[in-house]
Amino acid sequence: MLTRAFLAAVVALGFSAGAAQAKDLTLCWAAWDPANALVELSKEYEAQSGNKMHFEFVPWTSFADRMLNELNSGGKLCDLMIGDSQWIGGAAENGQYIKLNDFFDANKIKMDDFIPATVVGYSEWPKNTPNYWALPAFGDVVGWTYRKDWFARPELKTEFKAKYGHDLAVPATFDELKQIAEFFQNRDIDGKKVYGASIYTERGSEGITMGVMDVLYSYGFKYENPDKPYDMEGFVNSANAVKGLEFYKSLYDCCVPPGSSNGYMTEGVDAFKSGQVAMQMNFAFTWPGFNTDANVGGDRTGYFANPAGPNGEKFAQLGGQGISVVAASDKQDAALSYIKWFAQPSVQAKWWKLGGYSALRAVVEDPGFATSQPYAQTFLDSMAIVKDFWAEPSYATLLQSSQKWFHDYVVAGNGTAKQALDGLVADWHATFEEDGKY
Amino acid sequence: MSDHLVQRVASATPPKLARRIRGVSDRTIAWLFVTPTIFLLLAVNIFPLIWTIRLSLTNFRTNRPNNPVEFVGFDNYRKILTNPDTWASLQATAHFLIWTIVLQVVIGFTLAYLINKKFRGNDLWTTLIVLPMMLSPAVVGNFWTFLYQPQIGLFNYFIEFISGVDPASFSMIGDVSLAPWTIVLVDTWMWTPFVMLICLAGLRSIPPSIYEAAECDRASKWRQFWTITLPMALPFLMLAVLFRGIENFKMFDLVVQLTGGGPGATTLLTSIDLKREAFEKWRTGFASAYAVILFVTVFGLASIYVKALNKVKDR
Repeated sequence: MLTRAFLAAVVALGFSAGAAQAKDLTLCWAAWDPANALVELSKEYEAQSGNKMHFEFVPWTSFADRMLNELNSGGKLCDLMIGDSQWIGGAAENGQYIKLNDFFDANKIKMDDFIPATVVGYSEWPKNTPNYWALPAFGDVVGWTYRKDWFARPELKTEFKAKYGHDLAVPATFDELKQIAEFFQNRDIDGKKVYGASIYTERGSEGITMGVMDVLYSYGFKYENPDKPYDMEGFVNSANAVKGLEFYKSLYDCCVPPGSSNGYMTEGVDAFKSGQVAMQMNFAFTWPGFNTDANVGGDRTGYFANPAGPNGEKFAQLGGQGISVVAASDKQDAALSYIKWFAQPSVQAKWWKLGGYSALRAVVEDPGFATSQPYAQTFLDSMAIVKDFWAEPSYATLLQSSQKWFHDYVVAGNGTAKQALDGLVADWHATFEEDGKY
Repeated sequence: MSDHLVQRVASATPPKLARRIRGVSDRTIAWLFVTPTIFLLLAVNIFPLIWTIRLSLTNFRTNRPNNPVEFVGFDNYRKILTNPDTWASLQATAHFLIWTIVLQVVIGFTLAYLINKKFRGNDLWTTLIVLPMMLSPAVVGNFWTFLYQPQIGLFNYFIEFISGVDPASFSMIGDVSLAPWTIVLVDTWMWTPFVMLICLAGLRSIPPSIYEAAECDRASKWRQFWTITLPMALPFLMLAVLFRGIENFKMFDLVVQLTGGGPGATTLLTSIDLKREAFEKWRTGFASAYAVILFVTVFGLASIYVKALNKVKDR
């Protein structure tokens, strides 16, 4: 009897100790499909750790506003944050994320195990130094989808070849992309008027910048003089960059559906799924959704990485995020245990299967990866050519300037491309001057 | 209050409490009641205002708590007032403000004048007209974004119906010259009923005897309108202008939803610009200076206007 009572007491103590260790963790991210996949994935972590995961997902349009407000105010809502790549500089310098180097060393998490571009983009500050503030969580990049079934129509193929002298196929250059867009613009397909391409034009947050940059890089735009940081004259507004911006405007003028003056990710998805456009610029996270869509899914949709600019250069705008531990959190140890669990190759493999883009090389370099989904190879091709926007602490001010100048030129049609880029250099210069960079 | 009731209240007051408040002057009791309100006013209005003015003289940024806060004098004010973008934003706001007020007052007063007449279904029409102002501005913005869509929007098809122009050939919210008018149009659709209700209250406050006297004097309807209706409803009209002016100076959600401030910066109203400075760029000191400038502008204009309103009322 006494033994049984003793055992019961031990079990009760064990339970209470377990309950005391269990933590309620809140992970903050954007409200989108990958976030739903993460909820599913995290069930395994809850079962293993005993910690309970809560999720705070905010729509993309207000994601930065809401979450940066949380970080800046030292709020304790989020223990883990999957924040945008541009936030790293500010979050590191202002002590909003905890530095992860010691934690990575202690748990044998090596940054060499992740796609190099995602480490630089999502984890490092200052860039290209081994100072890590996040674990690459979701690899993303701007690429293109196209209507494979339309491209395969014999009558369209013949007409296209007769008109342009080459096959109607995935474009190798931006010039070819524009030809295809022009070819489809206002064309009647199955009794419905269709258009050339859907591209980013949104004014309010970051849309048009992500779109324009996606093209500018391949035309020769550079953020700064490689030998002299923050020296932008002749790089941001180089002759090639001007040509790139002119190209983007010409694509907007000739080949987008009517009323596409303020469109970003959602509008692009809608345009493509509803069968309005032949091609669509969007982040790779949208691809699994197209693949399974009733209207455009399966063989009807193809994917391609950003085509080359006039000089053969090929780059793409980086998207995606890293996962960080919020410095204001009282549960940092538990939050770190989540990152440790998330970094495991088996979990990363499952993450990819559920619709999350893993940045772990063991997953993406697996021989079966490229054929695991119709878009997997394009994802790999795109991730190999990425560039990212400024990740400086003043990134938001820099972004607002580019939004203003790009929208004013491309959509509103004010001034010239040269004036827009000169204005951008002046604004960015003023921002860096205020930051004491000169 | 009757003596009987006073006696009942006095007898119902517990002796302890009665003893406690005996000997307290009316002035003290008044202060006891007013003090919490004054504290609340100081806490939520006056203190933030003083703090904002203080911040406006510094380079403080909310997102850089580790950076030293430096006193920069009136540098923020100088930067704002010499920035062409600020003036463009003020110009966009003025365009929006003037046209919405003109249209809403004219249409609102006309509707009130018509509704004020006795006819069958009067109440039903009033209810139908006020429906738009019961909706959330964000919902209205979203709703009109669809209406303005060149491919599926009813607005463009309506234009096609009356003018024959191809609906896909123009975009109301994507065109530089049309976009400022799109926000004027939506705001007018939404808030004209509000002006109408105020005008209706004004019209219904005019005693019928005045019209009867005018009828006896054989004054024409036109003369009755100019000499009785309009002057007597004028204070109400001016009140509506004041309300709509203040509301539209801080217009935000509707325009963000409709145009996001674009195309370019054609609909970037000062409230949107200020929000971006304060909560996207996190230039707190700069944004505080911006807010102070806007506050002084609105406060100054409203003060002049209220003075004029009082003059009209006292006439």
